[in-house]
Amino acid sequence: MPKLIKNGRLVDDSAEILVLDESQAPEALSLPAGPVFVPMAVWQAHKSAFSGRSDVGVWLDSHDNVEDLAPDLEDLSAVALNFPKFTDGRAYSAAALLRSRYGFKGEIRAIGDVLRDQFFFMQRCGFDAIQPKTGKYSDAQLEESLASLKDFSAPYQAAVDQPEPLFRRAQRAT
Amino acid sequence: MYRYDPYDQRIVDERVAQFRDQTRRYLAGELTDEEFRPLRLQNGLYIQRHAPMLRIAVPYGLLSSAQVRELARIARTYDKGYAHITTRQNVQFNWPELKVVPEILAGLATVQMHAIQTSGACIRNITSDPFAGVAADEYLDPRPWCEILRQWSTFHPEFAFLPRKFKIAVNGAAEDRAVIQCHDIGLELKRDAAGEIGFRVLVGGGMGRTPIIGEEINAFVPWQDIITYCEAILRVYNRYGRRDNLYKARIKILVKALGVAEFKRQVEEEWAFGKGGPNTLTEAELTRVAGHFTTPAYETLPSDDASYVSQRAANPAFAAWARRNVIAHQQPGYAVVVLSLKDPKRAPGDITDAQLELVAELADAYSFGEVRATHEQNLVLADVKQSDLFAVWEKARAAGLATPNFGLLTDLICCPGGDFCALANAKSIPIANAIQARFDDLDHLYDIGDIELNISGCMNSCGHHHVGHIGILGVDKNGEEWYQVSLGGSQGNQTSLGKVIGRSFAAAEMPDVISKIIDVYLGQRQPGERFIETVRRTGLDPFKLGVYGEAAVTERKQNA
Repeated sequence: MPKLIKNGRLVDDSAEILVLDESQAPEALSLPAGPVFVPMAVWQAHKSAFSGRSDVGVWLDSHDNVEDLAPDLEDLSAVALNFPKFTDGRAYSAAALLRSRYGFKGEIRAIGDVLRDQFFFMQRCGFDAIQPKTGKYSDAQLEESLASLKDFSAPYQAAVDQPEPLFRRAQRAT
Repeated sequence: MYRYDPYDQRIVDERVAQFRDQTRRYLAGELTDEEFRPLRLQNGLYIQRHAPMLRIAVPYGLLSSAQVRELARIARTYDKGYAHITTRQNVQFNWPELKVVPEILAGLATVQMHAIQTSGACIRNITSDPFAGVAADEYLDPRPWCEILRQWSTFHPEFAFLPRKFKIAVNGAAEDRAVIQCHDIGLELKRDAAGEIGFRVLVGGGMGRTPIIGEEINAFVPWQDIITYCEAILRVYNRYGRRDNLYKARIKILVKALGVAEFKRQVEEEWAFGKGGPNTLTEAELTRVAGHFTTPAYETLPSDDASYVSQRAANPAFAAWARRNVIAHQQPGYAVVVLSLKDPKRAPGDITDAQLELVAELADAYSFGEVRATHEQNLVLADVKQSDLFAVWEKARAAGLATPNFGLLTDLICCPGGDFCALANAKSIPIANAIQARFDDLDHLYDIGDIELNISGCMNSCGHHHVGHIGILGVDKNGEEWYQVSLGGSQGNQTSLGKVIGRSFAAAEMPDVISKIIDVYLGQRQPGERFIETVRRTGLDPFKLGVYGEAAVTERKQNA
């Protein structure tokens, strides 16, 4: 079963990431029964059908605007943000906005090209669930990768995980 | 200068550990080339023509003598005995092996240095006025602000993977010596009518393949808000900057596409959420950081030292150096010394390990143990007593560090170019050295006077050719190296972008071309007129005529 880093620990997770191919109309889609993240278009087409299903989340691609999801956040327990490439840094801003602007308390999951050397930044921006790139790491490497969450112990600037900058948190000698 | 406290030290130490592990995983095949690339770049490590190149951060150009000695040790131990001062006040080594880089970083950490964010699509080293704190025309010291912004931008989690690199410069003097109009964000320290400190904020300037002069986005951001304001700019850029085309990914393209008014609207809409939040700077933090940039323990001295006056009268060579490389200081009896790294026998900006050791020694003996690096690729001793200048000169001269050419034609800016850089289209160092060899007569150089000649080996323009009075750009034509010449560029308060004068030249033609341009200036100039002023007054035509001849100019006009 695929692994997920949740609150700093490895857990099994079976949620499907539903990807729409171009020929599929979101309205005509039959929805999987198990835990699933659906793209924005599918969410919008089936919103009412999803009501009451806590195992359905929405995934946003890096060019999607989190603002468009804002009205629905109350009904969602999880949002996944896709990294099409690990060098595409838009999801960091998206996660930070979900947490700090929209007060989203549910799960924010990193999906896609998710590599251990970015875990620390993800965690700082409000991701509490990290799904490492499929097939990239062995189980032993995944265990090792948890160390990356702790790369730096006292960062300078405020972020979601640490809303006060160092100059407000610490008494620094002159 | 700023000294680390345990927090700063821990961050740098943790970085060394992190990069050591990343390098280990790369060498073990756990990280692919593609995955390792941004990680090493954000640690200043490039793969170049001959070996990796390691760029070390020199925050806003300030170095202690201990740091200079460590750079000398690295040059000796891991390089071929020299270092290179870059056009962003940093230091580069051209020959370290990849596997020893973690070891080099560990050594740097012992003297409070690192290579963090010296490359990659992130916020780069903050640059500033190399004469900060001592310049006679300074109204506010930019250094505390640079340090505050350095800390804020170091490992900023949201802005580690921007569309492209991001450069911030801060200036606090009447004359801009930090090229703030050609930065992604240019900050000009100022006071408002009530005497409060804040920043005029420019955005979207830059050189590169699409040179653009930055535009004002806000006339006055109070100092408390400068981090939240910069964060708003960065967030808009991170979200909406282009990522589909590397050549259109800088913030300047976004600002141009939206228009500065719309860009400002988006930034200020974003700012409304961050303004007043936890990132608002506190008086306590400003006081803490500014406490590191106090005035040194100056002696009370007469404004003109008698021995300095007589030494100049007695020794023409010393007088020549003093005239060019010694600059007025805020403090009576003190001077700012520029140690020229433009000895024609060396690549511009290069300095040997022995020279670095000497610079450290001079700094300890004569300048409160501090050194500055300039974006014009020289070093500066900022606080030298006039009565010590002769001793400084004698020692610097013996080491080849007293070429009396600061601000002259041979004090050119030059990127490493095709000899080292994998991005270059053409070599730049041999062109620089050939021009320096052509203009080896000091009297002639002094007659030509203040002039800035900048050479880039490709359009990434590390050599700042767009803002050179004379700019030279290396271009590739069917696999051959050619050089395009532009005139009329300028840095500083009257920043302007140079215009190309015509067809490009082969390397061997370049000294003649520069001679012809200089001859036109000498023929055209009015009394007291500097090169750039003549170009602005006459326009390019007389220079085109001088370089290409009557026939070529006529033909060009007919074809136009």
